Amino acid sequence: MADAHRREWARVLATTIGVTGDIDLAEECVQDAYSRALTNWRETEIPANPGAWLTTVARRRAIDLVRRRSTQERLFATLVDQNDIDSPREETDQGPADDRLRLIFTCCHPSLSIETRVALTLKLVCGLTTSEIARAFLVSEPTMAARITRAKKKIATSRIPYRVPTPEDLPARIDAVLLVVHLVFTTGHTAPSGSDLVRGDLVERSLELARLLRLLLPDRSDVTGLLALILLTDARRRTRTGPGGDLLLLSQQDRSRWDHSAIEEGTVLVRGALSQRPASRFALMAAIAALHAASPSWEITDWNEIVALYDLLLVAWPSPVVALNRAAAVGFAHGPQAGLVALDALSRDPLLSNYSYLASTRAHFLDALERNVEARAAYEEALEHCENEVERVFLRQRVKNLDARQASEDVTSGVNRKTVSPSLKTVEGPA
Amino acid sequence: MSEYLVLIYERESDWENADEKVAGKIMDQHNEFGAKNSAALRGGNALHPTSSATSLRRDSSGELLVTDGAFAETKEALGGYYVIEAADLDEALSIAAQVPAQFGGVEVRPIRVFD
Repeated sequence: MADAHRREWARVLATTIGVTGDIDLAEECVQDAYSRALTNWRETEIPANPGAWLTTVARRRAIDLVRRRSTQERLFATLVDQNDIDSPREETDQGPADDRLRLIFTCCHPSLSIETRVALTLKLVCGLTTSEIARAFLVSEPTMAARITRAKKKIATSRIPYRVPTPEDLPARIDAVLLVVHLVFTTGHTAPSGSDLVRGDLVERSLELARLLRLLLPDRSDVTGLLALILLTDARRRTRTGPGGDLLLLSQQDRSRWDHSAIEEGTVLVRGALSQRPASRFALMAAIAALHAASPSWEITDWNEIVALYDLLLVAWPSPVVALNRAAAVGFAHGPQAGLVALDALSRDPLLSNYSYLASTRAHFLDALERNVEARAAYEEALEHCENEVERVFLRQRVKNLDARQASEDVTSGVNRKTVSPSLKTVEGPA
Repeated sequence: MSEYLVLIYERESDWENADEKVAGKIMDQHNEFGAKNSAALRGGNALHPTSSATSLRRDSSGELLVTDGAFAETKEALGGYYVIEAADLDEALSIAAQVPAQFGGVEVRPIRVFD
C-alpha cells in the first residue's frame, strides 16, 4: 500500500512538473491533490482509477497557479510549452510514462553532481522521502534536505530542461542516467557501511528505475543490459548470507535457492543486449552474471569465458575495478599464483589504494597458496578499508581460520592439508 | 530565454609559450565561433593576463588594500568571456562547447535577473 502510494505520487508529480516547470510548485500541487483525495474519498467512493483522479486534480491546480503567477512572474515560462497548459492533453498510458522519463533526465543532468543526481532521482522519480534517502546514504536529514534544495534551485536558475534529450545528445545523457541507477543498485547490493549486507529498498528502487527505462527505451543495449545485470545479480540475494547473517560467497551459496524466474528474465534480456554491437558495458557485466547464473556449481564455472568477457569489458569500460575483477577471474581460471601476478600489476593504482577488495582478493590467493604470514597481513589490510559489518565479520573469521591452521601446522608440521575452498566475492563485479 | 556567462579559464603559461601561428589560429577559431553563433551572442571580450590585474579588498578594519595580481591564484586563470542567450542550459552548453579553449576550459553561469 505504501509502495503503491509512493509510486503513484511520483507519477502524478512528473506530470504536474510538466505543467508548472517548477519542481517545488508541482510538489505543492500534488500534496494538495492528495489531501483533497483524503477528504473527498471519505465521502464518496474511491474512483476506479485513483491515479488519474489525482493527476487531474493536481494538474488543474497547477494550471490555475501558473496562470495566476505567470502574469506577475516570468519565471514559470520555464521550459513548459504554453500549449501544454492551454489545451490539457488526454490522459494516456504513454503520457505519464513520458513525463517520468523527462523527469529522470532532469534529475540526472550531467551538470549535477552524482550524489545530487541520486538523491533527486530517489526523491522525485521513486518517491522516497528526504529522511529515507538520508538514512540510505548515511547523512543527516538536514544535510540531505539542503542538498536537494540546492539542486532544485540549480535546476531552476540554470534552466536545466525538462525533456528527453535529442537523439544526438541521448547516448551521453543516458550514460549519466544509467550511472545513477547502477549506483543506487550497488549501494543497495552491498551497503558501503553499516550492519546490513543488503539494503533491499535501494535494490528494489534501482530495479524499478531500470524497468521504467527499459519500457521507455526498449532498443538500447545499455538499458537492457543494466536491467539484466540487476535481475541476475540480485537473484542471489537470499543466499548471500547464512542463517546467522554471516556472509556466504558465490562458491558457498545454495544455487537451488537463487531466484530462477529473475535469472530466466535476465538471461533473455542479456541475449537481446548482446546482439547489439558494440556490446555496452552493462550488457557485458550482465553476461558475466548470466554465466554464473547458468553454471550448476562453482566448480564447473567457465572461468576462461569469464576472463574473456572481462577483457571485452575492459575495452568498453577501462576501470581499475574491472581490472581487479578480471585479475580475480584469472586466478580462478589459472590458479592462485596467476591471480597474484595479475593483481600485482594493479597494486600501485591509486584509485584502488583504499579499495578493500584488492587486499581481500590478494589475501584469498595467498591463503590458497598457504603463504600464511602474507595472507594474514592482506586480510588485516582489507579490514582497514572495509566498513560493512557483515564483510568485516567474514574477514575476521578468515584471519581466525588462518591462525588456527598455523597453530595446527606448528604442531603437526609437514602434514599435508586440504586447500581451503576457493571463494571470492569480487568476482561478480564491484561489490 | 536566459542569459549565460561563459568564462574562459586557461593556463596563462600555455598562452605565453604559444607562437604567433598558434595564437593566430586560435583567433581565427574565435572569429569562426562568433560568426556561427551570432544569433546567440550578446557580448564578450578577451582580457589581458593576470599580471596586469589589480585587486582591491578591505581588511577587517575597513582599510582598503590594493594588491598586484588576480583576486585568486589559480592554475587556470580567467582570460576572456562571452555572454550568450539560450533557451535552457542544454542549449547554452552546446554553444559553450564550441568556445575555443584549448589551454583549459570554460565555465557556464546563468546570469541573474532582478525584477
